[in-house]
Amino acid sequence: MTAHTTYEPKTAIERWLDTRLPIVRLGAEVLEFPTPKNLNYWWTFGGILSFCLATQIVTGIVLAMHYQAGGASAFLSVEQGIMRDVNYGWLIRGIHANGASMFFIAVYIHMFRGMYYGSYKAPRELLWLLGCVIYLLMMATAFMGYVLPWGQMSFWGAKVITNLLGAFPIIGKPITTLLWGGFAVDDPTLNRFFSLHYLLPFLIAAVVALHIWALHVPGNNNPTGVEVKSKADTVPFHPYYTVKDGFAIGVFLILFAVFIFYEPDALGHADNFIAANPLVTPAHIVPEWYFLPFYAILRAIPDKLSGVIAMFGAIAMLFALPWLNTSKVKSMRYRPTMKIYFLIFVAACCVLGWCGAQLPDDPVIGGLGKTFTLIDSDLNSYVWLSRIATAYYFAYFLLITPILGLRETTSPVPDSISKPVLAGEAAKKD
Amino acid sequence: MAESLADSASNPGHAGDDPSRRDFIHIVAAAAAVGGAAAVAWPLIDQMNPAADTLALASVEFDLSKVELGQEVTIAWRKQPLFIRHRTPKEIAEAVAGDHADLKDPQTDADRVKAGHAEWLILLGSCTHLGCVPLFGQGEYGGWFCPCHGSVYDTSGRIRKGPAPLNLAVPEYAFLNDKTVKIG
Repeated sequence: MTAHTTYEPKTAIERWLDTRLPIVRLGAEVLEFPTPKNLNYWWTFGGILSFCLATQIVTGIVLAMHYQAGGASAFLSVEQGIMRDVNYGWLIRGIHANGASMFFIAVYIHMFRGMYYGSYKAPRELLWLLGCVIYLLMMATAFMGYVLPWGQMSFWGAKVITNLLGAFPIIGKPITTLLWGGFAVDDPTLNRFFSLHYLLPFLIAAVVALHIWALHVPGNNNPTGVEVKSKADTVPFHPYYTVKDGFAIGVFLILFAVFIFYEPDALGHADNFIAANPLVTPAHIVPEWYFLPFYAILRAIPDKLSGVIAMFGAIAMLFALPWLNTSKVKSMRYRPTMKIYFLIFVAACCVLGWCGAQLPDDPVIGGLGKTFTLIDSDLNSYVWLSRIATAYYFAYFLLITPILGLRETTSPVPDSISKPVLAGEAAKKD
Repeated sequence: MAESLADSASNPGHAGDDPSRRDFIHIVAAAAAVGGAAAVAWPLIDQMNPAADTLALASVEFDLSKVELGQEVTIAWRKQPLFIRHRTPKEIAEAVAGDHADLKDPQTDADRVKAGHAEWLILLGSCTHLGCVPLFGQGEYGGWFCPCHGSVYDTSGRIRKGPAPLNLAVPEYAFLNDKTVKIG
């Protein structure tokens, strides 16, 4: 990080501190950081995500004061203790449980934004990779957190997801036994998940610090995808983006509050109000909404090991993205063809999410009934819809992104961030 | 040892002049550090494996006279569901007929029950796909159907359709007499 600051320690004590631990200087550098002046509201999700992480850590520490890990006590300590007896326990858990969903809404928008504007391209590959690591840690944390209330969905979700690792030959079985601490998901599993669920958010916070550090070396990307050329292209982070981010967090909080106060259970599942029973599987087991696209990819493939590999491969695509994109133009604002493929990609992700929540053999179009059987399932079934969307998901990364980048015709890219802005103003004056 | 001491004494202050001796010290130091780290890491990893009390879970005895013909009882064994199914002659006939079908995990029905006790089918009630508990009486083979990802098992508990790779596992068990089995 180069010094952008105008900070001058004025008093003797500030000078004393500045020569020993220049922490005020660091803060001033962050606040005065030169930021592209054309960032739109899609860029506010970084701030929203920091807010989400802080919220989850604070509410989580409070909940841990009342929660009892253990097969016999966990469910009651949540549903009776925290939800009914603890002062404001319902509110704190409402924030924490819905906060996880809010966190994922924000992170998905943040990731799609990065993909659309090419924020992962050189020189920001490491910034993107650190983001992918944060996303992986978030998924692990959310999964283990969902297990803690020890309801039916908690228990069976844990069982299904840990069994995924059992698909790998030779190492699979010992790894699942090691994770479970027994022959099945049980008390030891719950206790270690609680321990790790408490640890991982702090690892996330550490990687977030690296993510922000890696951001402050090249600086922000921006909607044009053109790098900052001069001081005229930037404004200081404070007050311009502290205010913009603050406003966005305010709007985000309205959505958050609607869930907490009006629909606290809308994103959960009714079966999780039943205490875990190792002898009965819920009739329709689904993960939390933010895992549904990957769950649909898993189910799209009829073979256990291949399904698991495809699911992990779907996430691996994100890590490879900086090296799959061959285009010289970063922002899809100037890539009209790619923009269409990207929008289809977003739609495919949503379709996968929808398929993940349905029974695989159910018909997609209800009135149509059975059409004809292709390979193993009816064509009018969620299995086939998942397969089409899965194929597009992988094609987007492995075919469309590398090939289109070489062949497409792009629109003219502005010389600098300021150019189109100033041209626009000139046009208005005329 | 005496020799090497003599060497360094003859060449005071220039121990680095003997590269092989310096390399040896580096390798020994690094190996000791790696060995030490591994020795500390192993207990930290192995503590996650099943504890002695979990491993010591006893076997169970079960009185079969409680299960009527055509009925199925689910009991907990090693914290996992265990199906004890009293099969009807029709189910047995279907299972035997399935011996010659194109099976994903080929096994005859006779291999999955004890000789002379074909009416008793004892299975781990854990789908070999991802561990859900399959439901009896659903699916097109008259046996079990897993609600999670649609695996279908026949009346012998063999995988016939869907993503599960293996037949429902038959635990180790023995008939103590005609009415009692000991599982595990």
